[in-house]
Parts: sequence; structure tokens; C-alpha cells
Amino acid sequence: MAERAGVEVRLENLHRRYGPVTALNDLSLTIAPGELVALLGPSGCGKTTALRLLAGLEEADGGRVVIDGNDVTTVPANRRDVGMVFQAYSLFPHMVAWENVAFGLQMRKVGTDERKRRALEVLELVGLADYANRYATQLSGGQQQRVALARALAIRPKVLLLDEPLSALDAKVRSRLRDEIRRVQLEVGITTLFVTHDQEEALAIADRVGVMQAGHLEQLGPPTLVYTRPATPFVAEFVGLTNRLPGTVKRGTVEVRGTELPLVQPNAPDGPAIALVRPEAVSLATDADMAPGPLVGTVIAVAFLGATSRVTVDLGDITVLAQMPTSAAAGSPAGTRVRLAIRPDPVLIAREEKAPVDA
Amino acid sequence: MTGARRLKLQVFRVVVLLLAGAFFLVPIGAMFEFSTRGVGDNAARTLSSWKQIFDYPDLIAGIVASLQLAAITSLVMLALLVPTMVWVRLKLPKLSRVIELICLLPLTIPAIVLVVGLWPIYQWMGNNFSDSILTLSFAYIILVLPYAYRALDAGLSAIDVKTLSEASRSLGAGWFTVMWRIIVPNIRSAILNASFLSVALVLGEYTIAQNLLYPNLQVEIVSLGRTNAGVSIAVAVASLLFAFLLLVLLSFFNRGPGRLRLKDLQQVMRSVKA
Repeated sequence: MAERAGVEVRLENLHRRYGPVTALNDLSLTIAPGELVALLGPSGCGKTTALRLLAGLEEADGGRVVIDGNDVTTVPANRRDVGMVFQAYSLFPHMVAWENVAFGLQMRKVGTDERKRRALEVLELVGLADYANRYATQLSGGQQQRVALARALAIRPKVLLLDEPLSALDAKVRSRLRDEIRRVQLEVGITTLFVTHDQEEALAIADRVGVMQAGHLEQLGPPTLVYTRPATPFVAEFVGLTNRLPGTVKRGTVEVRGTELPLVQPNAPDGPAIALVRPEAVSLATDADMAPGPLVGTVIAVAFLGATSRVTVDLGDITVLAQMPTSAAAGSPAGTRVRLAIRPDPVLIAREEKAPVDA
Repeated sequence: MTGARRLKLQVFRVVVLLLAGAFFLVPIGAMFEFSTRGVGDNAARTLSSWKQIFDYPDLIAGIVASLQLAAITSLVMLALLVPTMVWVRLKLPKLSRVIELICLLPLTIPAIVLVVGLWPIYQWMGNNFSDSILTLSFAYIILVLPYAYRALDAGLSAIDVKTLSEASRSLGAGWFTVMWRIIVPNIRSAILNASFLSVALVLGEYTIAQNLLYPNLQVEIVSLGRTNAGVSIAVAVASLLFAFLLLVLLSFFNRGPGRLRLKDLQQVMRSVKA
């Protein structure tokens, strides 16, 4: 499939309000040509608004949308040259799959034969050429979203926008289609913005992940960086699981239950703080010393996750999650006394509940 | 459900169906019987009243006028209501209650009150614009609003108007294309139902036409009833049969995606009456 090369997309200082609610607050984001960026965040954080502004389905109160060097802020949706896959099933019910895919080409005055040829070509790309003559009601949810993806790609848009396209699907189909989207995106080389509230999805599919909260980007970076080096306590808690352990900051480290941990930002002022520690950094100590101590407690639950298991340990005043290989957790069923060990990875700290970044 | 209970339910359904059928068919049968009576005692059955329908030019003019009014009313109603309702759903959802209230308002106003209000307007139109009977369609559009609104609302509720229109917009469609190529085909049955209700209402309308002095079908039937009751009843039966024919035609169109079934139509009628 002959595609144009990806183009650069820039969102510059975008603002959007709905009455008293600020949906986007000075959002700026640059997507490199051919890159797939996933916007991740809780409901109402503004990620879908950002995507809709880029699609032209909503108007910005301020800021600019630039696609391939052209300011398209005031260009209507039907002239933006943007392909979009929606969260809700959006196939036209009165058209069969190939007609759906060919609709955008018809709008571009492509001849009937060429239209059908290209529609079948793109359906082939998403593995649904055999379903070309089926109506939406005759397709499963996953197949409908694949046709929607084909429809968005058929017009050879400059940008592909995916608005939680997998959220209505079951886990298995979701995972398969996620990989499929990535494969097609890489094959076509199209600049893509993917919006999701599912962190696993975002981390698995994207070149870069943008974590949003309250209308602005908290962090934008490669998935591994966002996960291992969260820029803010919000990112640390939203992406992956995090233990909030009370401690005390002293000279660039934080002491948590007798263990000294380095800080991500060592210039944080001394004083009480809450250390944000990943469950993977917590393990069960291998020695048999169960004398009372700040990290000795009782296992209250073991969640089997496949290759790994998550162990919940009650330390008396606090509950701590520890994630480890299933073989390591096997000897500690619920009720077992265990001693925890915290790996001295650099950690973020928060000063109080939901406090802004201070480390 | 046990077999005995199912049987009882089945019997109940059949009885209700027969009673409802009788309720509709007995008067029509009686009208047909009356329209085929011969003159004098023990006279044989005759279709002369039916044959005479075409001997009354005023009646034919009334039929033609009513059919024209039905067509104009349906088309203008659709042209006004469909884009408005779609636009309200897409852009002004907060106004939906207001639009609903406005559309349902004619139900609460007796036809005779409407006539009192419309009289000066029609007087002015007669003097300055046209006194054609077709101007009655303005009044009829108001009259059919509640029924058409309910039918179209049911159709629009059955599809995701916002997502479909946004999807087509993102594919390059302008608003006219969105409406004509995407929305209308998917509410085809609702449009047919709204049209049918409008046609049925216009064909049966008497009060407004009579009081504004326009001779439509019903006015002519009543007028004819004073001189030739047989023909008058034959025309009334014929117009009922025409309405039934429309219903049957509608059921043929009600196939494929976006269809609204006859039972939905009944539901619409019930909700409007409620």
C-alpha cells in the first residue's frame, strides 16, 4: 500500500473550557513524523478533548493545531485530512464493510473501480478482505474496529487518531487488535495519536506516552522512562502500582521503615514525606529472621498474575504490595510471617495526600 | 412458564386480537354494507355509490387537494424537522426538551382553538399571498408535528447520530452529505413512519379545513353526505382503505438496517396520546 510518509503534528498551547470546567490547560505536544504517541490519563483529564481538537471535531478556545507545518486550527474536520477510529462502533450500518471503507474515497471523488480496489486492499491489510460484503451487524466488535481502522487508513490521511478504539472489546481481542494496530501503523508509517485510559495498552503500543492530568501533560516520554522514572507523584501512582510509604527525607535520601532509599531529586528539603515505591522494588527476604521489625508482617493475599505474583503484606500500620516471580512467592501463602526488603532504587516522594511534585 | 399458563396466555392474546379486530372492522364493514345498499326495500346489492364517486367533480377536487396537501405537509415537515432534530442532538442537546415541548404543543391545543388563531393569518394570506387550498399545509405542518416528532425521535434514538456524523465528517463529508448519505438512510423507516402519520392525519383532517372554508376531502365527504349518503360513505371507506394500503406499503419499506417496525409505530402513537 503506497502511503505518504508521516508528517509532524504540533499542538501548541491549546486551551479548551466547557463552562466552568477547564478540559485543556495550555497543552503543548509535538509528534514526530511516523511516531505513535499515546495519551494516557484518568477520565476527564482532557486526552479525548486534545484528540478531538486535533481532528477538528471541536474548536479550541486558544492555541494552535499544526499539521505538516500548516496551521489547521480553524480548518473544519472534513478538510483536515485526518483519519479517526472512534471508541464507539462507528461503521455506517446501511453500508457493507467495503462500502464503509470506500466512503472516504468517494468523498475524494475517486472513481468507483479504484475505490473498490483500494477498499479491498486496505481490508486485506487489516485481514478482513473476506468480510468485505458484510454489514456491521454481521461483524464482531473486534472486526468492526478493524474495518473502522481500514476506513480511516483508506483515505491515506496525514494523521491517524485513535480514540480508545479497544475499550469496548474483551481482553483477548483487545490485546490482539492492539498488536495489529501497531503492526499496521509501522507498516504504513503514519503519524498517530492514540488515546486511552488503559496504561498497559499505552505502554505496549506507543513510541512515547503522554500522561495527562487536569488538562495538561504531567510527563511525556518513552514507556520505559515513564514507568521507571515517573516525573511526578501522579504519574508514579497512575502508571503501574505504587506503595505509599511514610518516611523522612534527610540529606538527599529518604528513610523508610529503617531502609534508606535514594531520591530521584536529591535536593528535596528535609522533613517527613511519603515515598512512592514500586511493588517490584519490594521483595521477601530470604533469611529466616522473623524478629519483630518495621518490615516484618503477615501475608494477607497472594494474587497469581502468571509469571509473577503480587503479595499483599500487612505490616501492622500499613499494607505493602510486593511483586515477584511466582516461584519466589510460592513459599509464602496467606498467613505466613515474612520480612520485606526494599531495593534501593531512586524514588519519588510526596509531602502529603495528592500533593504536587516536590521531589 | 407451564404449558397450561402458556395456553391461557395464547387464548387471551387471540381474544384480544379478535376484539380489537372487531372494534376496527365492524364499523368499516357496516359502512361498506351501507354503501352497497340498493334503493328501496329488498333491493339487490349494488356498487353504484362507488361508481358515482367520479361523478362528483368537487369530491375529486377534494381528494386531489387532500393528496397534494398530504404530500406537501410530509415533505416540508421532514425538511424542517429532520435537520433540526439532528442539529439539536449534535450541537444543542440542551435545547432538546424545548424542541420536544414545542413539537408536542399542538396536541394540547384543540383544533378549533388553532382555527381561531389561524383565521386572521389565513385572511391576510388570502389577501396578500394566495388563497389556494394548498396554503392549508402551513396549518397541517403544525398539526402533524407531535406525531412526526415522536416517530423521528424514535429513529434517531436507535442510532448513534453523533459518532456516525463525526466519523463521516472525519472522512471528508460535508454537512449535507452527512445528512443525506449517512443519517437519512439509517432513519429511513422513522421517516416513512413520520410521513405515513402525516399523510393519515392530513387525509382525515376536517375541523381546520371546514372552519377556514377550504374544501378538502373530509369537508367534501361531509358535504356530500347531506345529498348522497351512499357515495359519502363509499369515499370514507375508500380513504380508510387507502390508509391501510399505505401501512402495508410501509411494512415493505421497513426492511434492512435502520428499520422501525409497525409495533414501534403503535408505541409512538401511544406515547403521543399519553
